[in-house]
Amino acid sequence: MRANATTRVVGTPVPRKEGAEKLHGRARYVDDIEREGMWYGTTVRSTIPRGLIRSIAFDESFDWREFVVVTAKDIPGKNHIQLIIADQPCLADTQVNHCDEAIVLLAHPDKHKLRAAAAAVEIDYEPLPAVLSIEESELRDVIVWGENNVFKSFLLQKGNVDEVWDQAAHIVEGEYRTGAQEHLYIENNGVIAEYSHEEGVTVWGSLQCPFYVHRSLLAVFALREDKVRVIQTETGGAFGGKEDFPSILASHAALLALKSGHVVKMVFDRMEDLAATPKRHPSRIRHRTAVDEDGKLLAIEIDLGTDGGAYSTLSSTVLSRATLHACGPYVCPNVRIRSHAWATNTVPYGAFRGFGAPQSIFAVERHMDEIAARLGMDPVELRRRNFLREGDTTATEQLMREPVMMNDLMDRILEESSFYARKMRFAQENPTSAVKRGIGIAAFFHGAGFTGSGERYLNSLAGIDVTADGQVRVLVSSTEFGQGTNTILPQIAAEALLVEYADVGMAPADTRVVPNSGPTVASRTAMVVGRLVERASLQLVGMLRSEGLLAAEYSRDEFFAACERYRVLKGELVSLCRYEAPPNVFWDDQEYRGEAYPAFAWSIHVAQVAVDMTTYSTEVEEYWAIQEVGRVLNPVLAGGQIEGGVAQGVGYALYEKVLLENGHMANNQMTNYIMPTAADVPAIHVYFAEQPFAYGGYGAKGIGELPHDGPAPAILNAIRNATGLACNAIPLLPEDMLAKLSEVAAMQKDVIR
Amino acid sequence: MNAQWSTVQLTVNGLRHTVQAPPMKRLLDVLREDLRLTGVKEGCGEGECGSCSVLMNGELVNSCLVPVLQAAGATIQTVEGLAPQGELSLLQKAFLECGGAQCGICTPGMLMAATQLLERTPNPTINEIREGLAGNLCRCTGFIRIFESVVAAAATKAAAVRKEESHAR
Amino acid sequence: MRGNARSHEMVAPGDLAGVLELLAAEPNAWTPIAGGTELMVAYAAGRLNAKKLVSLWGIPELRFIEWNEESVSIGAATTFRDLRAAARIAVEFPLLAQSAGWIGSIANQSRATLGGNLANGSPAADSSPVLLAYDAEVETISARGRRRFPYSAFHTGYKRNVLAPDELLFALHLPRRFAGHQQYLRKVGTRRAMAISKVALVVTALIEANRVQEIRIAAASLAAFPTRLTATESALTGNLLDAAVIACAQAALLKEAQPIDDIRSTAEYRRKVAANLLGECLQQFAAGSGTR
Repeated sequence: MRANATTRVVGTPVPRKEGAEKLHGRARYVDDIEREGMWYGTTVRSTIPRGLIRSIAFDESFDWREFVVVTAKDIPGKNHIQLIIADQPCLADTQVNHCDEAIVLLAHPDKHKLRAAAAAVEIDYEPLPAVLSIEESELRDVIVWGENNVFKSFLLQKGNVDEVWDQAAHIVEGEYRTGAQEHLYIENNGVIAEYSHEEGVTVWGSLQCPFYVHRSLLAVFALREDKVRVIQTETGGAFGGKEDFPSILASHAALLALKSGHVVKMVFDRMEDLAATPKRHPSRIRHRTAVDEDGKLLAIEIDLGTDGGAYSTLSSTVLSRATLHACGPYVCPNVRIRSHAWATNTVPYGAFRGFGAPQSIFAVERHMDEIAARLGMDPVELRRRNFLREGDTTATEQLMREPVMMNDLMDRILEESSFYARKMRFAQENPTSAVKRGIGIAAFFHGAGFTGSGERYLNSLAGIDVTADGQVRVLVSSTEFGQGTNTILPQIAAEALLVEYADVGMAPADTRVVPNSGPTVASRTAMVVGRLVERASLQLVGMLRSEGLLAAEYSRDEFFAACERYRVLKGELVSLCRYEAPPNVFWDDQEYRGEAYPAFAWSIHVAQVAVDMTTYSTEVEEYWAIQEVGRVLNPVLAGGQIEGGVAQGVGYALYEKVLLENGHMANNQMTNYIMPTAADVPAIHVYFAEQPFAYGGYGAKGIGELPHDGPAPAILNAIRNATGLACNAIPLLPEDMLAKLSEVAAMQKDVIR
Repeated sequence: MNAQWSTVQLTVNGLRHTVQAPPMKRLLDVLREDLRLTGVKEGCGEGECGSCSVLMNGELVNSCLVPVLQAAGATIQTVEGLAPQGELSLLQKAFLECGGAQCGICTPGMLMAATQLLERTPNPTINEIREGLAGNLCRCTGFIRIFESVVAAAATKAAAVRKEESHAR
Repeated sequence: MRGNARSHEMVAPGDLAGVLELLAAEPNAWTPIAGGTELMVAYAAGRLNAKKLVSLWGIPELRFIEWNEESVSIGAATTFRDLRAAARIAVEFPLLAQSAGWIGSIANQSRATLGGNLANGSPAADSSPVLLAYDAEVETISARGRRRFPYSAFHTGYKRNVLAPDELLFALHLPRRFAGHQQYLRKVGTRRAMAISKVALVVTALIEANRVQEIRIAAASLAAFPTRLTATESALTGNLLDAAVIACAQAALLKEAQPIDDIRSTAEYRRKVAANLLGECLQQFAAGSGTR
């Protein structure tokens, strides 16, 4: 892919900034770091889903002399993890509310001694009734959180659905369910913590958001801001799973460091990471939709429930995004969405690529195919008739002020996938084949950046500086964990400064060094932070010019000479910019109305599946994804994001199941939590369209989460095409397909009788 | 119970080492802790993810499943041995250009698996690549650009071999 | 990682005689470990009870493939990679070559051994149904001598076998008489690679003029240990492979199979799919298109 005619560095496939280190095996992840005199920590966790802690006893026959023990009593500040609400304790004190909740921490210089020590801690519980599903929670027989088990609820209304039902040509109802999903980053969670009176708390770790961890530690340790320092180590995958959880682990390791007087490392093994850390919210989404004879959407009513686990953590914001994406990329004059995040006694669910949108998009895109089936209409045509267009408003009355390319994207992807030709061929071949093939689509959008006033609230600060040895450094708290932060931000700076990509690096992700440019989440890095870096770079050029050090046109060498002279004059050369909301972005949190997101990325996915009726298993044979993302900053990285997101979505749809037994993850090993291997992923064809967003870094909108929204509905729609089966729950395992076939056979038998 | 430690000799990346360790200590831990070769990673400890894979006597193995006593006298190659002089190898360069590494944690094991694959099958088909790498899990890339990296490396190698042969003539 | 290396002893006598001497001197004290792909997983999960281990790795007397006129002898420490790489195995015992590729991943295949797979005795073991379908014999060895008996008598219960405390698996002997047999195998796992079997079916049959002269049907995960489905075989032996007979055989299998619900799958799924696999197999045989 050649560079865009107007940019030199942005839009080109420059190599990953830290790529060589990773390929040499020299990149240092937290468990690669050894410190002199380091101790190791472990956690004693609840074995029941809910109950009072009656006592904590330490087996007297065990030699505890060399161990350091930490309980809630040792917490100097507040016993909570500061996130949105502070309801989650750092360490359980009088009660546990989920299996695998942390109660006691142990440290010892020899990590081999920890397991026996943990087994010698005897915790006596008085079990309490536990709530383990959305259904149990909404019954409210047992209240496990707040007054009514509800972390958060929303009511989103537009027009008046109640006036429509009686006149509608068709009303279609459906219920859709999605299961929990584990991030399965290949690097488990881990941190190293140190405490000293002079420095306070210092933490190194595998994490996405250094300042989230920083803020959390301030509360736990009751320290001043300058007495807490958080440094991100090379992070082996995150996907949202290291957004808030590291705050817990960092607090734990730091408590042990404080009490022991030693540096303490805590790194999970896979079994602990799977059992004890957050996963994607399960959901139950009910649709009731009125359409006219031509398939135009007249009214959408949705009841949306998520399972938030035992503490609120991020459930309110996940619910918000789920609610705002629940109607899909369609225009409808009448909408009512009631959504609730329910408390249960399971490990709190958290952020995972998509953050509520994959759940919502699964439901609405499956439902669109059901509507099409009811009308006897082509599912493609149904969508075309309802796509949002410039001038339409969304469910929150957000006006589409720019052209929406959905019909163009549809044209292109239908052609690239030979959609109708394949569909026809499968229809001919399937009747005489034991393997049924089908092709399905999903059309969706994904709001980039924080919802509504979120970005204003974050009030991000970011920029660049130029060091004494003539290196430009990007100053952001945005972290790299594979998605390309360390590459695209230097590309943006190099472009704006008119220097080379090699001239620009990243300042370390260290809260003592970089400003708070907000968390690395919500597909905001390229758009929001990239824009700040772009503005700060132009501002720096302006600073040089206003000192008369740089001409209107200049060479790279002249630039660095000017920087040097500026440094001599002023001591340092730093340029920071603060977030400015784009114009016309107003969000009313009370009424839940207005511009939910400054920009949307738009996408359509097509999946071809083969359903083997001998084994009831489905494989995705081939996949096409087209997306309009504003601006592709780096085609290799952007393509990689789409392919990786699609692969995770394939897992979400067909392979990945979290099996809970009494609230504990029973399949907490990689041998039985199944993700697709190299032998399972389909060929994935990726196409980009660009419609630059004026307020994103060089026109970029978000891209990281978008691709995870499409696969599950595209695949299950393809299964419907292949078999006629309307499967509405994921993951759809072969066992579920067999159960569905048996159910259909039984119903047909009833009909015949 | 404290077991007798073993004295084990291994050749790792061309260098001879003598290690004193419990015989049951995993080769993975001996490489990472005793020999400070932290390029070898632990992702699962169950032989499922392949991020610990190394070549042992020319065979790809999951080092988390090898007790060090069974590696006595073995010749081991880890990711650090692919480009000892510092410049990236042909395979590593292909990964860099094609985007075969994102977060990088699976990369060392993936490179070892790809190395063995290309040694045995210099011009692998896509299905041979899929099978050869099926024991190495990558959660970031969806594998697509890893396949492309292997194809590119195979093509570059084949071109270099042809060039050498035509020079030889 | 929940294993503690210091809690275990391991010795490597380096030759067969040394291992057998140790097992004879202290029966029940020493657990043999071959490629470790099973025991090291248990170890890492903190579930390895065996404190004393004797290594079978690197003992050439246990790792061989020898061709005799009547049979092929495969040493118990032969790895699955060895089996895949042996061209003559692929020709004469294609089911064994194919199932060797089912095991784990390439990295696991270079360490996992045939003997280890059998001694571990999981009902889901990949090689067991193949050995049953090929009518294999087991040879065991101890300081007291050798025994040889049908593999079908090796397993006696869930993860129980007839090995005496001082005995090792020495070799598997497969009779070279399947060239004219129709052959079928299919494994159903959770994904295409690195999947423990939910159910598998392996069948060899001598079919003449569409009539079943002899048939061996073996399965994974349909019983507490690997076993042949003899009632299902009876429903077929001597009969023509027509639709009625096939349906009858499937019904027999549905009755004979005793799968369970577990973390990987359900009894209902295993039973139904096994019956489907049998139907697929017999249809291939009837059309003369089974592997040869």
